[in-house]
Amino acid sequence: MDTHPPQAATAGPSPILECRNLSVSYETRAGLVPAVVDFNLTLMPGEAHGLVGESGCGKSTIALAIMRYLGRNGRITGGQVLFDGRDLLTLSPAELRRVRGADIAMIYQEPMASLNPTMRIGRQLAEVLTVHQGLDRASALDRAAAMLERVRLADAGRILAAYPHQLSGGQQQRIVIAMALLANPKVLLLDEPTTALDVTVEAGIVDLIRDISAEFGTAMLYVSHNLGLILETCQRLTVMYSGEAVETGPVDEVFRQVRHPYTRGLFASIPVPSADKASRPLVTIPGQLPSPTNRPRGCYFGPRCTFFEPGRCDDAAVPMAQVSRTHASRCRRIAEIDWDAPPAGAVTREETTIGRTVLQVEGLSKRYHTVRANEDLTFEAREAETLAIVGESGCGKSTFARILMGLDQATSGSISLMGEELARLPVTKRDRVTIRSLQMVFQNPFDTLNPSQTVGFQIARVLRRFGARMSETQIRERVLELLDMVKLPRDFAGRRPRQLSGGQKQRIGIARAFAGDPAVVVADEPVSALDVSVQAAVTELLMDIQRRNGTTLLFISHDLSVVRYLSDRVVVMYLGRIMEQGRTGDIFAPPYHPYTEALLAAVPIADPTITKRKVVISGEMPSPSNPPAGCPFSTRCPYAIEDLCERTVPPAQIFGEGHAIACHLPRETLLAMEPIIIAADSLNEAHTHHA
Amino acid sequence: MARLIAKRLGQMLLIMGVTSLLLFAIFDTDQFRRQIAVSELGGFGVATLNAADYEGWLEKKGLNEPFLSRYVTWVGDVMQGDLGRSIEKNMAVSTLLADRLQRTAILASCFFVLMVPISLTLGVLAGMREGGRLDRVISIVAVVTTSIPQIATAVLLTVFLSLGLGWVPAKSAMVGGFSFRELVLPLLTLLIYDIGYVVRMTRASMAEVMSANYIRTAVLKGLAGSHVIMGHALRNALIVPFTLIFLQLNWLLSHVVVVEVFFQYSGFGRMLYEAAMFGDIAVLQAATLVAVAVAVISQLLSDITYILLNPRVGAAG
Ligand SMILES: Nc1ncnc2c1ncn2[C@@H]1O[C@H](COP(=O)(O)OP(=O)(O)O)[C@@H](O)[C@H]1O
Ligand code: SF4
Ligand code: SF4
Ligand SMILES: [Mg+2]
Repeated sequence: MDTHPPQAATAGPSPILECRNLSVSYETRAGLVPAVVDFNLTLMPGEAHGLVGESGCGKSTIALAIMRYLGRNGRITGGQVLFDGRDLLTLSPAELRRVRGADIAMIYQEPMASLNPTMRIGRQLAEVLTVHQGLDRASALDRAAAMLERVRLADAGRILAAYPHQLSGGQQQRIVIAMALLANPKVLLLDEPTTALDVTVEAGIVDLIRDISAEFGTAMLYVSHNLGLILETCQRLTVMYSGEAVETGPVDEVFRQVRHPYTRGLFASIPVPSADKASRPLVTIPGQLPSPTNRPRGCYFGPRCTFFEPGRCDDAAVPMAQVSRTHASRCRRIAEIDWDAPPAGAVTREETTIGRTVLQVEGLSKRYHTVRANEDLTFEAREAETLAIVGESGCGKSTFARILMGLDQATSGSISLMGEELARLPVTKRDRVTIRSLQMVFQNPFDTLNPSQTVGFQIARVLRRFGARMSETQIRERVLELLDMVKLPRDFAGRRPRQLSGGQKQRIGIARAFAGDPAVVVADEPVSALDVSVQAAVTELLMDIQRRNGTTLLFISHDLSVVRYLSDRVVVMYLGRIMEQGRTGDIFAPPYHPYTEALLAAVPIADPTITKRKVVISGEMPSPSNPPAGCPFSTRCPYAIEDLCERTVPPAQIFGEGHAIACHLPRETLLAMEPIIIAADSLNEAHTHHA
Repeated sequence: MARLIAKRLGQMLLIMGVTSLLLFAIFDTDQFRRQIAVSELGGFGVATLNAADYEGWLEKKGLNEPFLSRYVTWVGDVMQGDLGRSIEKNMAVSTLLADRLQRTAILASCFFVLMVPISLTLGVLAGMREGGRLDRVISIVAVVTTSIPQIATAVLLTVFLSLGLGWVPAKSAMVGGFSFRELVLPLLTLLIYDIGYVVRMTRASMAEVMSANYIRTAVLKGLAGSHVIMGHALRNALIVPFTLIFLQLNWLLSHVVVVEVFFQYSGFGRMLYEAAMFGDIAVLQAATLVAVAVAVISQLLSDITYILLNPRVGAAG
């Protein structure tokens, strides 16, 4: 990319898309909110540029501003957007229409919502060509059918005649991609294109996007909050914080040589395979994103930065400074910070000792009419242990949690909590002691807090309900202790839920769950609604409390990275059944269950020193109302043995202590599996990107 | 779909049975029997009867039987198409009903022919650009017209258009045969309120669709504004208003009572009013059957349109 032609008469290739000092504001009742400030971007033809940052930092606003689609209240308040040298902001409506969809196309976060529910797919696709290329309907449909094949959708005829709701989420996103590619655009804007999808489906889409940029030479602006995805798809990236770019450069360089404290904080807060709860715990970024109307003076990151220097960092706006020819950072102290030192605040913990069995699940099944939500679950959880239940959406994780909590009843099988049978005992019939010893932390703390009562009151009510004999003063004292425990200021007791951020609400949720000193806490996706840096803080907190109290934690999650980081043992579920279970180390190393293998290969990892073995699986999870008679994974499994897997439920094969794999494959085949994740030390060269 | 139709029709028969039974029970008092006697024999005639004669008369008329058996007889008659006689008008209920329903049908058709295109157009125009000037004007007018009670509208219209400007007659009794000019005031009274209502619903639906993500997709495909509206927004935006329009049939049936009585238009509403005032039970029974049929059929039409317009429901059956 750097090689200039020998005769310097012609300059290098010129950028296809450029943002120069782009500023965007939204008019709100509170006044003009500057969502994006002086944003710069240079996108070369065929290049993929990642835009990362936490929610609300202005990523979507940038993508929509490039398209000049900011709704009624959004306004571009300054700067230029140059497409192929032309300023898009000065185009007439007719000229703008010729650019939209033809030269620049967009792919959205929620594919279902992005497709017209009452129009057949064929017409929605063909429209792009009839409008931009003047094709007649029939030839446009032919081209659309051909494009469906290129986004790897089989059975084009059926899909063209379908309505969006008749397709799965992954298929819908492929349609949206096909629609964007039809007019052969020079630039694709992708706004979190896989965020709503399951991880194995996401992996397929990411694969497709990467191939497309190689095959069509389309330049891409890839918006994501996931650093791992950016590493897998982009050559350059820009990190955003509170409406500003704070660091920008080639992906490899930025990942290896972070030069902004915020980017560094992001990396330290995501669980990459080298992180470990005992030896290398996550480090969280203190504080939270300032609201766009209330940004601090000087560096916007100042109040959360461990390197903050009064007088220098808070006097005037911080400009971008070059780190190298291609790499820049918006920090005053680039030269002084020791970037190789381990991040401050990392505390190491001791390994805990796991005690006796607390929870025993045996042959548990749950059916709703024909749907098999849980099928023959058997596992146990012990004192002070973190047991993770992982699987993609619809695999039956939450059904199990509901049965355990007494919100639903099992069809057959048993759950015993310290000897008490709970599988068919609704919560209304459980005694106080049982309710108190089994508590839950929910995914959405918003739904479980009463908006009209103070936080302190709600925690106190839980304490009273547990029936411990406590005076009002003792209760008040205990509420304050609980707030200390979840690291919230004591005056939060007087606040109402709407005055709290998502992370703070989840802390209250944790305080409530641990208020009665329960034996078992079930956490159903407790951090997946939160931003990355907040996720780390909440995860660490949950673990600290659990370890201190010796609580058994059932951690339900779809996120393998978090699971690997915090759990002692793992249960992998698919379509209502357990595919594999064992100690965390055994799950993440061969032999794997074929589904675990696919799941592991699908998770993007934000670490350039790591390589992954590629595993290709096709299709999506079948409907739980019509599961295969044999192995649930047989419709997608690359190893499936014909006439056996789809007919006969596989036996559990035992490897090592408590490590069971439910699969028909011969033992030798399973044992011969190669690792999925390979650390760089064992390789001579990791990850070369081609521009 | 066939299941739905069967279900709705079953519902209709059930409601008809229950309401007519209730009506029978309500009118099963001595006072009502006496009233019937008065209307047949005249006040003087009844006064001269002694108790035994009166009983005899009731016997002859079959009014002495327990009301359940009278009810069964009535149901049998209705099945054979005999709706009984109006004691007030002294004519077959079916003749009366046919005549009055026809009048109201004329009013209703004119109402729908005007209401549907006007309200959908205004609603779509308002919802197209939520918060725009056109939207604000249309929305304010719609709020005003839906907040005035119909009787007030009727009075105001009479005062202005008839008594003041003298453009149209104040009453619509149509003594000199059918006249369109006499239809204007009742029609306007109904339209002013209902257009406001349907406009507001259509506007809300259109505004919601215009802010949907798939409209953004259509715009960012490079489609022209008119193409986005006609091709993508309209069908989605009209699903709700269309189902609502059929329900207006039911609304209309209850609101024609006020309007017809006020303007003395001899339609179904006025008939219902007079029958209720007089205790003309056979007419009331027949009118109830009609009202229930209209209510259920309009609901059915509304359901069917929803299924036809919304592929998501259609696929599910
Ligand atoms: N339509 C809108 N009206 C008012 N404020 C908005 C609107 N859209 C976004 N914002 C604000 O602009 C900022 C940037 O938002 P957005 O671009 O959506 O960020 P991201 O995509 O990074 O999550 C946020 O503070 C958000 O609340
Ligand atoms: S400018 Fe100062 S406060 Fe801002 S990131 Fe750099 S060191 Fe931290
Ligand atoms: S049992 Fe068969 S289909 Fe299932 S995971 Fe094993 S090899 Fe694949
Ligand atoms: Mg966004």
